[in-house]
Amino acid sequence: MQLGAVNWFYFAAPQRFYRLAGQLLPWCFVLASLLAVWGLYIGLWLAPTDAQQGEAYRIIFVHVPVAWMSMVVYLAMAGWAGVGLVFNSRLASMMACALAPTGALMTFLALWTGALWGKPTWGAWWVWDARLTSELVLLFLYIGFMSLHAAIDDPRRADRAAGLLALVGVVNVPIIYFSVKWWNTLHQGASVSLTKSPSMASTMLLGMLVMALACWAYCIAAALLRVRSIIVEREAHTAWVQDLARSA
Amino acid sequence: MSAVTHPKQPAALPVGLLAAVQCIFVRDLRLALRRRADSLSAMLFFVMVVSLFPLGVGPEPGLLRSMAPGVVWVAALLSSMLSLSRLFADDHQDGTLEQLLLGAHPLAFLVLGKIAAHWIGSGLMLTLIAPLLALQFDLAADACGVLVLSLLLGTPVLSLIGAIGAALTVGLRGGSVLLSLLVLPLAVPVLVFGAGAVQAYQAGLGFSAHFSLLGAGLLVSLVAAPWVVAAGLRIALE
Repeated sequence: MQLGAVNWFYFAAPQRFYRLAGQLLPWCFVLASLLAVWGLYIGLWLAPTDAQQGEAYRIIFVHVPVAWMSMVVYLAMAGWAGVGLVFNSRLASMMACALAPTGALMTFLALWTGALWGKPTWGAWWVWDARLTSELVLLFLYIGFMSLHAAIDDPRRADRAAGLLALVGVVNVPIIYFSVKWWNTLHQGASVSLTKSPSMASTMLLGMLVMALACWAYCIAAALLRVRSIIVEREAHTAWVQDLARSA
Repeated sequence: MSAVTHPKQPAALPVGLLAAVQCIFVRDLRLALRRRADSLSAMLFFVMVVSLFPLGVGPEPGLLRSMAPGVVWVAALLSSMLSLSRLFADDHQDGTLEQLLLGAHPLAFLVLGKIAAHWIGSGLMLTLIAPLLALQFDLAADACGVLVLSLLLGTPVLSLIGAIGAALTVGLRGGSVLLSLLVLPLAVPVLVFGAGAVQAYQAGLGFSAHFSLLGAGLLVSLVAAPWVVAAGLRIALE
């Protein structure tokens, strides 16, 4: 290794990462709770009532962040799966595995809160709109990833097969993201855009961004917690895990 | 081993890539012909599923006419799932698949030969009997033509995407149910654009956009899917 170069693989050892994850974990959970309390305070008390949708719009402070996370977590999962396939690193595949249930939860919440929002504003729990349908397909992709992983007994083969499936499923993410642009649908267009000024009050925007950060922190915390369990489960035969079990 | 110690051994015959692909293709077609019951039961399933809809939703001609493209497409999707689990299963059991993996030719091309043979046994057959079923739904003759064209463009994509699922689930317990679970979400765009083309035609709109998208899907999956299938098979057989 070159002098001064960063060793990117230092934390690729499950043992080291287990300790790092354990140190990061409480901070992520505390950050997630504080941000969620702050974001909900802004969203439920400070933000003004919407002119068109009344109070019903306030579910946006949960709906939009979890919908973002459903896509981001899928990309992260596919990214880790890709790293796992290319570098044949166990930890990357474990991360992909740990992210899947959290991503599925976020997708489910996005669909659920969307249904709760749809009933008062559209008059229907569900419509077969491009964005709703593609989000449902995303949920199926998460479930497919987890089922394929569960169906294969050998964890390394399961990692690789499910990883390949996750990479194939990535094509769905841009379809979801751009569905409101490509098809003229019932689902409203994006509320937040990087290229043009936001179409909403700045308090609402702040609340949504804070909630989005809370969701990020939560997802990272949940994934770290789960990856620690996976590490201990898969490395149960190693000396350090047995030491850990004895000292605990 | 050198040639000196085995003077009588002929030099390895260099079988060209195309010849190898053709060989696999012809072999799989011949196997499908010898086991006609497999393809025929998938066809029968297709006909039955389509016939169930008028019984379920009622025989009102207007409703059936508007439903026909979607029903035929969904049935085609389901019945092509049926035969997929056998795409690699037999070769996996008798060890042929391992020989293909060990061979000198790139696996992706050999796999393409297998997928093409599978498509002729399932997708093409479905396309050929689809007009008959569409007539039962009182679909106009020109709409039938659009339906056949959309199936002709779309069913190869189903075989290509399905092969990915078949490769990932080869040799697994309960593989065929899992296969459907993995492949159906990925096949949704094909269904949407395939059935959408006929519906757009029925509504008096152009269907060229749907056909372009189906064609694009076919090209992309034709290029990408065999490589993913090959990677999947390597994972399954390591």
